Amino acid sequence: MAVVTDYFLPLLLLFAALLCLRKHEDPYALMLDGGKDGLLLTVSILPPLVVLLSAFELLRSSGALEALTTILRPATDMLGIPAEVVPLMLIRPLSGSAALAVGADLMAFYGPDSRIGLCSAVLLGSTETTFYTISVYFGAAGIRKTRYALPAALLADLTGFFIACLTARFFG
Amino acid sequence: MAISVIWCGMLLLGIAFSLVCGRHGLSTALLKGSANAVTLIVSVAGSLVLWSGLGKLLSGSGLQKKLERLFRPLLGRLFPDASKSPAAFGPLCANVCANLLGLGNAATPFGVAAVKAMAKGTRATDEQCRFIVLNTASVQLIPTTVCALRASCGAAAPLSILPAVWLTSALSVTVGLLACRILRRWL
Repeated sequence: MAVVTDYFLPLLLLFAALLCLRKHEDPYALMLDGGKDGLLLTVSILPPLVVLLSAFELLRSSGALEALTTILRPATDMLGIPAEVVPLMLIRPLSGSAALAVGADLMAFYGPDSRIGLCSAVLLGSTETTFYTISVYFGAAGIRKTRYALPAALLADLTGFFIACLTARFFG
Repeated sequence: MAISVIWCGMLLLGIAFSLVCGRHGLSTALLKGSANAVTLIVSVAGSLVLWSGLGKLLSGSGLQKKLERLFRPLLGRLFPDASKSPAAFGPLCANVCANLLGLGNAATPFGVAAVKAMAKGTRATDEQCRFIVLNTASVQLIPTTVCALRASCGAAAPLSILPAVWLTSALSVTVGLLACRILRRWL
């Protein structure tokens, strides 16, 4: 599987670039144009990442994180999820940048190919900032009665969390 | 606002715990965390620039439009009402495909336009709820930022999580849509 995914990106790049050439679009110019957006994105996530990662590091050095995982471990072991990932699950639907900070910290601290690192990566990649998305879309459309959108979305998130931990074990 | 509460909570919990457990080095931890964030951003910047470039390449090459055509029949079945109105269905397909390609920033304006065009008063319609679930379940072919993060942490194969991400997204969106079907009777 690792070999297949290894060729995925370079082949996609080549394929898209060749299609551009056929349409007489300049692929290099498009890459640079998009790259500028990527740079802006990078710069825009730096301040929230600094603020949130410093607070998370404080939480870790205070021993609070350790205590939380110790309390949670019996329950999470039964469910088959690493207790260390629970803070990420709690924060994921609420804030994208906080989830990114916590996920990045877990990957760096436990290693990206450890079970915790893989689980965090799959979880981050397969879920969204649910509350934010709902408020943006329904806010813009002037919807006040959101009916079952939130419970259904949260149920999907919850499913994603559990499956992420399962699949991370088999596919990682 | 939610994020302010979370952030203050993290600080409060950290300080309170240190006091109770008698641990020191809080300031060091704060500064270490901020330095870590910058290291992380620097190591991730290259990947993000490359991914965003790829995003532009995908829309410029017409692949995004091809993908939209591919998904039209499926989305038409999922959103029968919206599919009758071009003002709603066009942005709806564009939103789903931009999300699939990991172009979150491009997806949002399409999504907003679709939800607006689907609106019937201030009460959410069934199709709007379904559309929201489709968006919050994050159906994404390439989770770019996460792969960039994995690469920066020294993962052996940063993209090896793709199959797991696809399976997880597929299952969670299925559960979300099923939940919509069941909950619509009561809510």
